[in-house]
Amino acid sequence: MARISQTIDVARAQILVTLKPSLLDSAGRTVASSLQNLGFTEVGEVRVGKLIEIELAEFSEARVKEMCEKLLANPVIERFEIKEIV
Amino acid sequence: MKIAVLRFPGSNCDQDAFFALTEDMGIDAAYVWHEETSLKGFDGVFVPGGFSYGDYLRCGAMASRSNVMQEVVRFAADGGPVLGACNGFQILCEAGLLPGALLLNEQQKFVCQDVFLKTETRRSPWTSEAADVVRIPIAHGEGRYVVEPEDLKRMEDRAQIAFRYVNASGTVDAESNPNGSVDGIAGILNEAGNVLGLMPHPERATRAILGGTDGKGILKGFELVMAK
Repeated sequence: MARISQTIDVARAQILVTLKPSLLDSAGRTVASSLQNLGFTEVGEVRVGKLIEIELAEFSEARVKEMCEKLLANPVIERFEIKEIV
Repeated sequence: MKIAVLRFPGSNCDQDAFFALTEDMGIDAAYVWHEETSLKGFDGVFVPGGFSYGDYLRCGAMASRSNVMQEVVRFAADGGPVLGACNGFQILCEAGLLPGALLLNEQQKFVCQDVFLKTETRRSPWTSEAADVVRIPIAHGEGRYVVEPEDLKRMEDRAQIAFRYVNASGTVDAESNPNGSVDGIAGILNEAGNVLGLMPHPERATRAILGGTDGKGILKGFELVMAK
């Protein structure tokens, strides 16, 4: 696997992928129940998502958006947000 | 007639599918590795269950972008018969061959049991020979079928719902829905009717000693498409 992190001017994209709010999050529900069992009675609904970090030779939001649409997120069930990490 | 049984890293129902097709259906089959770029010489495709690519990212996501799946998309567009069971169903949805997606079961557990299915349409070769009420095994953790309401409406209008989970007498009810799928949907067809995806395993129900033979009526679809 190519590593480019040694270079000085490496760019990074951070992508947050979450289940659409209209969909039941089974994993989140399980986490909520575990937290409540541990005594965190203030816990209500929990939603679990994914954080993906990508090293890039250069940051282009359009290119990262294309990556999301082609592989990283499924538009039927998920939403995504892109951030450049500086 | 020869069926391609696809193999991805992490497939684990490929041998069951090969066995069911060759031993119990009398249909010739061969394994096809995911890196292959041609389906030349094949008349049908079986996308088997398992945990392709370890279910990384999303179930079926990586497998759906593999070389062989790009060929399957072309094959399906030409009207070739394609059947995806369990992870195979997830892969077909991820590949855009079928609408919707599969999520973690609502009940938050892996379900491994026999279920009953109601055959909802007869318009496809995949469903024309299936029993009215099919008894068949399921084994999955992520089988909750979801689809946008407007897409669901369109699917219903076009008779794309193939199977629904029902009780033993053939009635859709909440208790018989093992994973929280919308409207109890267990299997769906593409618009043309040549692609079927379902969470249950027809390849595990092809002889009495395995618990039943109702899977044969579904696998017969490969022959029926060819006979057309």
